[in-house]
Amino acid sequence: MRKEYRRGVPVLRDISITFANRGITAVIGPSGTGKSTLIRCINRLVEPSAGQILFHGLDLASLRGKALRAARRRIGMVFQEYNLVERLTVMENVLSGRLGYVTPLKAWLRKYPREDIVSAFDLLDTVGLTQFANQRADALSGGQRQRVGIARAVMQQPELLLADEPTSSLDPKTSVEIMELLVSIAESRRIPVILNIHNVPLARRFATHVIGMAEGRVVYDGPPEGLTDDYLKQIYGGEDWLE
Amino acid sequence: MRSEAVPARPPAFLPNWPARLAWIALALYALYAASILDVTWARFVIGLENGIKFIGRMLPPDTAADKMALMLKGLYETLEIAIIASALGILLSLPIGLLAARNLMPAWVTWPMRLLIALCRSFHQVIIAILFVKAVGFGALAGILALIVASIGFIAKLFAEAIEEISLKQVEAIRATGAPFMSVIAYGVMPQVLNRFVGFATYQVDSNLRNSTMVGIVGAGGIGGTMFAAFQRFDYDFLFTILLAIIALIMVSEMLQNWIKKLFQ
Repeated sequence: MRKEYRRGVPVLRDISITFANRGITAVIGPSGTGKSTLIRCINRLVEPSAGQILFHGLDLASLRGKALRAARRRIGMVFQEYNLVERLTVMENVLSGRLGYVTPLKAWLRKYPREDIVSAFDLLDTVGLTQFANQRADALSGGQRQRVGIARAVMQQPELLLADEPTSSLDPKTSVEIMELLVSIAESRRIPVILNIHNVPLARRFATHVIGMAEGRVVYDGPPEGLTDDYLKQIYGGEDWLE
Repeated sequence: MRSEAVPARPPAFLPNWPARLAWIALALYALYAASILDVTWARFVIGLENGIKFIGRMLPPDTAADKMALMLKGLYETLEIAIIASALGILLSLPIGLLAARNLMPAWVTWPMRLLIALCRSFHQVIIAILFVKAVGFGALAGILALIVASIGFIAKLFAEAIEEISLKQVEAIRATGAPFMSVIAYGVMPQVLNRFVGFATYQVDSNLRNSTMVGIVGAGGIGGTMFAAFQRFDYDFLFTILLAIIALIMVSEMLQNWIKKLFQ
């Protein structure tokens, strides 16, 4: 998978990355360097201005309408602020991962196929929230919400999982739990994950591959072990914070 | 001793002369306008006396069987006008409000919709009712049409504004699942605005109920016609019965509204 693109005031400057089709790829870099933009370009929540995004031989950047929606449902996404529909129940949020597959009328009437409902309950078991199925999403804590967010994304049976700062709104302990959950789901279902993350130790601990970005460019692309302090200086600038 | 230590400082709050002048100008104009329109205390006192006589003639309310039947017939028609106009008005407001929301729709869709809403809002219901009486003739149909127009003007506008205030993060997440547009509306947009929409709609039902007592005055059906006739025949005691009935109707509607709002909480 490869992509390159630029805009008038370039956030991402002609970058070209090939993401591994398995494991966890962590994209690290300072705020405002275009990590979120990069991830959102992949499922076209943000429009790339030029270039290609190849996904299983399909150029995502050129898709429109129905074809774009069909591609989106193959790509799950987890958000920094969970982006659950607050006034819907946990179950409705999880099942909304199937919206790309059911017709609007059936979705509106909450008539999901039996197997979707079964797998929604299975997923809620996996993330440990079965007893909250009928609670409204806004009644949950941050960590619980992100678990629902992950369940919703996985509900799509995606071939790729994007995660935009999935732990940035969470406390350190919950962050680790969420990362563990993401990794275990990705491994057991063989879903490759691309995630943005601020936290370098977390990236080192969980990622199988790290991409370091600075000022819209890729400055590191390799295994987490190779991410030396020199590279970190190059990515974030300064060195006092490394002490 | 301490005051000597405090250094000289400019006042904390500067006088706002333009605002002061504006207030003075407003007060002067109000006095001038009152003198032009012959608004005087003496006239008010004479008016009070007339008012007391008027109230005296209203009591006791007329509850003769034929009058009661007339009133109930009018009241029932008012209720019908309000309910039909509210149901159709709410139903039409949903898509119009959605199409007028600038954060979901392109400008070439929202622009004509906003124009339509503005048109619906430009005139008072009674004026619209007069137009419809001319168009479709005397009776409840004209009243229903007038109140549908009024309902669209109110609900569609507020509904569009409510949609423009939603969190786009939730919409983004639903779009990311590959959901078709209508599903994005059903899952990403509607849950965020449904309870406000219910609030607007129940308020409009209440407003339609009150206005449907009015449109009768211009011949558009309902209790208003009966009330206006009672006025003209100096049937003040019957008029009082009608007023009491309207008050009762509005109070019942108020209770229903609260109940509906709780249901959709």
